Amino acid sequence: MSTVVDDGRQSFRPSMLLYDTRYRSLTIQVVAAILIALGMSWLLWNVVQNLAAQGKDFSFGFLGQRAGYDINQQLIDYNSNSSHARAALVGILNTLLVAFLGCVLATILGVIAGVLRLSNNWLVARMMTVYVEGFRNVPLLLWIIAIFALMAEGMPQPRDFREGGDASMVLDSVAITNRGIYLPMPVWGPGSGVLLAVFAASLAAIWAFRRYAHKRQEATGEILPVLGVSLALFFLPAIVFYFILGGPVSLSYPELKGFNFGGGLHLRNSLIALWLALSLYTGAFIAEIVRGGILAISKGQSEAAFALGLRPRRTMSLVVLPQALRVIIPPLISQYLNLTKNSSLAIAVGYMDARATLGGITINQTGRELEGMFLLGLFYLVLSLLISGVMNIYNASIKLKER
Amino acid sequence: MSDTHAHTVAYVRDTMLPPEVPPAAERGVIRWMRANLFSSWFNVLLTILGLAVLWSLLAGILPWFWNSVWVADSLSECREIRDALHGTGEEVSSACMAVITERWNQLLFGFYPQDLYWRPVAALIVFLAALGPVLFASVPRRLVWFTAAAPFLMYWLLWGGSIGGPLAVALGFAAAWGAFVLGSRFSGALAATIGAIVVPLLYWLLLTGPVAGLIGAVIPIELQFVPSKDFGGFMLSFIIGVAGIILSLPLGILLALGRQSNLFIINKCSIAFIEVFRGVPLIVWLLTASLLLNYFLPPGSNFDLMLRVIILVTLFAAAYLAEVVRGGLAALPRGQYEAADALGLDYWKAQRLIIMPQALKISIPGIVNTFIGLFKDTTLVVFIGLLDPIGMSNAIRADTSWQGINWELFVFIGLLFFICCFSMSRYSQHLERRLRTDHS
Repeated sequence: MSTVVDDGRQSFRPSMLLYDTRYRSLTIQVVAAILIALGMSWLLWNVVQNLAAQGKDFSFGFLGQRAGYDINQQLIDYNSNSSHARAALVGILNTLLVAFLGCVLATILGVIAGVLRLSNNWLVARMMTVYVEGFRNVPLLLWIIAIFALMAEGMPQPRDFREGGDASMVLDSVAITNRGIYLPMPVWGPGSGVLLAVFAASLAAIWAFRRYAHKRQEATGEILPVLGVSLALFFLPAIVFYFILGGPVSLSYPELKGFNFGGGLHLRNSLIALWLALSLYTGAFIAEIVRGGILAISKGQSEAAFALGLRPRRTMSLVVLPQALRVIIPPLISQYLNLTKNSSLAIAVGYMDARATLGGITINQTGRELEGMFLLGLFYLVLSLLISGVMNIYNASIKLKER
Repeated sequence: MSDTHAHTVAYVRDTMLPPEVPPAAERGVIRWMRANLFSSWFNVLLTILGLAVLWSLLAGILPWFWNSVWVADSLSECREIRDALHGTGEEVSSACMAVITERWNQLLFGFYPQDLYWRPVAALIVFLAALGPVLFASVPRRLVWFTAAAPFLMYWLLWGGSIGGPLAVALGFAAAWGAFVLGSRFSGALAATIGAIVVPLLYWLLLTGPVAGLIGAVIPIELQFVPSKDFGGFMLSFIIGVAGIILSLPLGILLALGRQSNLFIINKCSIAFIEVFRGVPLIVWLLTASLLLNYFLPPGSNFDLMLRVIILVTLFAAAYLAEVVRGGLAALPRGQYEAADALGLDYWKAQRLIIMPQALKISIPGIVNTFIGLFKDTTLVVFIGLLDPIGMSNAIRADTSWQGINWELFVFIGLLFFICCFSMSRYSQHLERRLRTDHS
């Protein structure tokens, strides 16, 4: 009779903590945890000591206090009597505004440049290469400052727009001056709420119609004229209701008053410079992503589609694009994330973003640099974790299902 | 039959005709232009648009550069020279490149003492020489020892002081190596590893000062000390960039391994570190380094702002690198790991011999892109008061004699960065080609 003696479990020796692979990983982790905890508590202890030495505490009470400073670009109501928390919110919204505008323009520029770089037009392809390499290899900060200087020093002064001056407004409604760009601004009169609701309803209708058309095509094979109906739904109801309601929305045009423009929408130089520089810079990166995505689809895919009798447009929309997008979208979103984080370079042109309000003036006025920087960092961190979380879900949904 | 055939056909050619020259529209420049510029109405439109854009850009830039004034003492003098040359009637666009010829030393070296410019230049030469064995396969392998010594030599050249300091620090690495060799001979791999970590740490903490003094006394070679606050211009960007690049690669690889590891605590800590550093913009980290670091250090301690920036930039780039390397690790087929296990290699041997060479090869483009990004991001130090090229250009523009000058400085700084970043990206493409092992 053979007996199996389980030696290992009974005779545990301390040296097994190091030499037995079953226990070694545990040992390493415990040692690492102790070291990390020691390091963390050393840092925290220093913070407590330093705060005590300066007679400060760690609290976020300052957020409720009166801010006492003005912000030159606000998307929500704000004045110097508002609280620091509201100032921070204004800054955060400004960050999000420039990030959104930048993402839109960068995508447009990037897609155009990426496609044109693959074009068989020699001249245009070379020019796009110069654009991409030029913007990718020079610091963004330099572009921001350069575009700001171009706006501030290259553009005509408002007084040149007066009678006899050598500058004139584009289409009598847009003025590009060295103090920024003045655009016509929509004025929402009574009844404009109804108009907006109609517009939202037509968007919903477009979505529903496309869904219905898709289902019908799956079931019967009939193809409905989706594009035409969508365009009609997009424009017609809004235009009809605009006239029924008697033109509730009007435009306020910028006018020259004294030495400056009044009325209309004023985009400051800081916003323009930051927006254009971020878009041009990120657009160069997006162009490379788009180019790589298109090149990644093997020629056999489009040839197979042609062999099946698909026309070029359908080949593009049904075969090439869905596969290219799988390659393009993840790095594209990380470029959006980079753009959002790079918008903190607003500091170079004095754009009032979250860094300038929460991480700048508020800190200077209250002396709460620890709390202020903590909140600022938290804002950016939450934003990027949110976006990358969405990206992970998307990646999982489009992942190739193999075996 | 053949006879009748010969009679019915009137004429049979018995020699080949010489090939005709293609028609004029199908050869030479015209053919090339038809194929590459005017192949369809859309391409014609694109070409015309492209030419228009090119014309408007060149019409602005070329005369500006062509008419530039290279020798003057101030912007107003530049304007006078321009007016003397081209008349005062209408304003001729003209660059005032005199600001570069006048202030190039500040743009390149900051406030580094003028008579010591040979030292940064020598450090640059040492750096380039040290790069040789790393970057190019044709350079003899033995020169790697020079590469290992180069950082200490460069530090000594740049900051100066007694040669004792850098030598004493370098001895720490020698001590680590000695401890590893001795440990693995007399005890085991584990003891050797622990020794190689603990011995130099103890040495650096306790013995470096006395040893440095001793070496300084024995070898009395000394260079004039230059404090960090005198560093500036492109030299500053270059030092921060290069230091960040060299230090962040090993850290980034370790973090990537930590993130792939199945040891729970190490895995989670790596993830937290990477996400926190990647999620927050560099500028917030730099402001943290300048505003808050004193909170996290023992009361009364203070250390060099430039060193803080290098540490922060390194950590920031390491987090990005970790993600890039992780991508490379994930792209390796599972079979590679299993084959390494099957050969009986332990974790570090498998990483060193099987996994890392392939994973790093896959991630070369991403790694170099991160390096380029790091190098460009060094311009952000201007916001915490270091005088990088952009900071120097602000200082120059604040001078009354150069007030109002923009583009000349921007072009010069942009060119400096462009040359460095563009050559990095070209080298990475070269490296990709060199390491390619497939047959396509």
